[in-house]
Amino acid sequence: MSSLLIKGGRVIDPASGFDAIADVLVRDGKTEAVGTGLAAEGVAVLDAKGAIVAPGFIDMHVHLREPGIEHAETIETGARAAAAGGFTTICCMPNTMPVNDSDTVTSYIIQRAKQVAAVNVFPIGAITKGSLGEELAAIESMREAGIVAISDDGRPVMNSRVMRRAMELARALDIPVIDHCEDLNLSAGGDMHEGAQSVRLGLRGIPSASEDVMVARDLLLAELTGARFHVAHLSTSRSVAMVAYAKSKGLRVSCEVTPHHFAITDDELATYDSNYKMKPPLRCEHDVEAVIEGIVSGVIDAIATDHAPHAGSEKMQEFERCPFGITGLETAIGLSLSELVHKGRISVARMIELFTTGPANILGLERGTLKPGTVADITVFDTEFEWQYDAQQSCSKSRNSPFHGRRFRGGPVATIVGGVVKWHRE
Amino acid sequence: MHGLLDIESLPRPEIEAILERARFFQPPPNETYRRLDVLRGKTIVNLFFEASTRTRVSFEIAAKRLGADTLSIAASGSSVSKGESLVDTLNTLAAMRPHAIVMRHAASGAPQFLARHLQIPIVNAGDGTHEHPTQALLDARTILDQRPRIEGLRVAIIGDIAHSRVARSNVHLLSKFGAKIVLCGPPQLVPRELEQLAPGVSLAFNMNEALKDADVIMMLRVQLERQHEAPMAASEYFRFYGLRLEHLKLAKPDAIVMHPGPINRGRELSSEVADSQSSVILNQVENGVAVRMAVLERVLG
Repeated sequence: MSSLLIKGGRVIDPASGFDAIADVLVRDGKTEAVGTGLAAEGVAVLDAKGAIVAPGFIDMHVHLREPGIEHAETIETGARAAAAGGFTTICCMPNTMPVNDSDTVTSYIIQRAKQVAAVNVFPIGAITKGSLGEELAAIESMREAGIVAISDDGRPVMNSRVMRRAMELARALDIPVIDHCEDLNLSAGGDMHEGAQSVRLGLRGIPSASEDVMVARDLLLAELTGARFHVAHLSTSRSVAMVAYAKSKGLRVSCEVTPHHFAITDDELATYDSNYKMKPPLRCEHDVEAVIEGIVSGVIDAIATDHAPHAGSEKMQEFERCPFGITGLETAIGLSLSELVHKGRISVARMIELFTTGPANILGLERGTLKPGTVADITVFDTEFEWQYDAQQSCSKSRNSPFHGRRFRGGPVATIVGGVVKWHRE
Repeated sequence: MHGLLDIESLPRPEIEAILERARFFQPPPNETYRRLDVLRGKTIVNLFFEASTRTRVSFEIAAKRLGADTLSIAASGSSVSKGESLVDTLNTLAAMRPHAIVMRHAASGAPQFLARHLQIPIVNAGDGTHEHPTQALLDARTILDQRPRIEGLRVAIIGDIAHSRVARSNVHLLSKFGAKIVLCGPPQLVPRELEQLAPGVSLAFNMNEALKDADVIMMLRVQLERQHEAPMAASEYFRFYGLRLEHLKLAKPDAIVMHPGPINRGRELSSEVADSQSSVILNQVENGVAVRMAVLERVLG
């Protein structure tokens, strides 16, 4: 098997508290040693001087569109975009065609990923059959086949009793329930965040309350059932406050936030550019600040992209007809550095936590650390170099990014999966 | 001026120039519009993705009076129903090299979206529940025919504000000129955030309060086609938000009543009000042509 010596970078491993200039030696797919002046005969060397060497980044919320919607993305292209964004592991949501609600689909995704994916792919199974919100999916079978969590992302379970049963089952299986928290009656027909901007633009609103109501319900059900519950793409100030409260009461609750929800506000919608259309919608300044506060205070456990590719033709329509969702894998590190680290809100080490130990702990993955003996998934990134994002050159099949043309300070340099360099900035 | 998408971003001097020019285009009493040749050789396409009679005819007459060639397309019965996307429809039309496209669309932001992808000037003839800039301009012209200035006027806009592009454009225009604007209607049709739309806006949920000392009363049509929930019963609506003669006593004695049309007698205003001395509804229609002549000339001249 191959060996690799990553030389001279600043190695930061939040799991062990390590933070120093050091070398990392990788052998047979495992991290063998972290230390200064490491040397080995005939080993390939990756010069990381000036860069940061971190455990492999994990994105616990992506849409790979395969099976069924391959014109927008495939497991292969999505995984390549992940590698180009500095991610070594991604978890794919079940809203494919067919929905990942059985071990057959789960196994297909895992097999396919083994053949073509540049990074680790862990599927998330549906909560209900067809994600229709009525009848529980084959959750135990999917668990055996390899799912790491359950979620009806994009089509939230409205029936509280069904959600309760799912949580009871998930607790027994010791997997988290991830909910896309949205009361579909409150949000019905909405295209953007409800507020002064939606009224100005004549677009129908999605009130913050549509998220808050469901976060509250799910927290109560998590208390009732004892399940591990995770709020996907949290976006409102009230949700942050409620999750903080639940944590203070000792509930097993976690949450993630997307880069776009801490980087931009609903002011962007003034152009009616559908690349700013997603769920939950871009919120107002007040919510964005609350989300960042949540990241700083530790209420928020992970950053996840909700990478949601859509073919160009689908996004080239009247705003109200365009589907929800934007791509995000390739801009996540750049946005986190520019909006959180460079603005002095959090340290680089805290940022790494949000991409590594945060999601790894939620999902129970034995990854997200550089401890010797663990799988050598490693992300090398730089905090300083300037670059411009060109969505037209994306590794993803889709181009629907609102950050096309944006200039970044800092971004991924190399992505190492199981000891193998899968991507390197040219 | 490259096209006309909205009032919000239109500078006040630009608005003043259009209103002044529109006055020049107004015909003397009992005469029709002069035929001018300022746009001879220009082609204007009226593309209406949403049913409209008055606005479409008004734009057509305006263009013809200026000597332009026009053609009107009701897009619901054309390539749109064959699955062609909005961008492709517009691209196809633009390839035939008209000088401007006047468009109405049921989706808010449709003209803004197209303006980003096409070079050709686009005149917004109403987009969804967003803006209807030429309506606000013709309303301002109508007010100024009756009053020396807009500044300081108290304007009550009453009805289905939430779904009204007419209300939004009027609020932006009147606010730029320093009017006090009261928006009034059933609470579910008057979102609280409207107060932040522009300076000088306040909200009322009671007709008597809204109409007190009003100089201008703008009634809006209830846009049932844009409401996605069960609407208020017509009788209930008329009882609490319909304009009747007795209401006019609350307003200034010389207050004017406006309506963008088409009016629903007995729903948003009584027949007596529609036909009263206070009503300037037909003046609005007449000014529509003059204002649209001024806009087309400015965009194409």
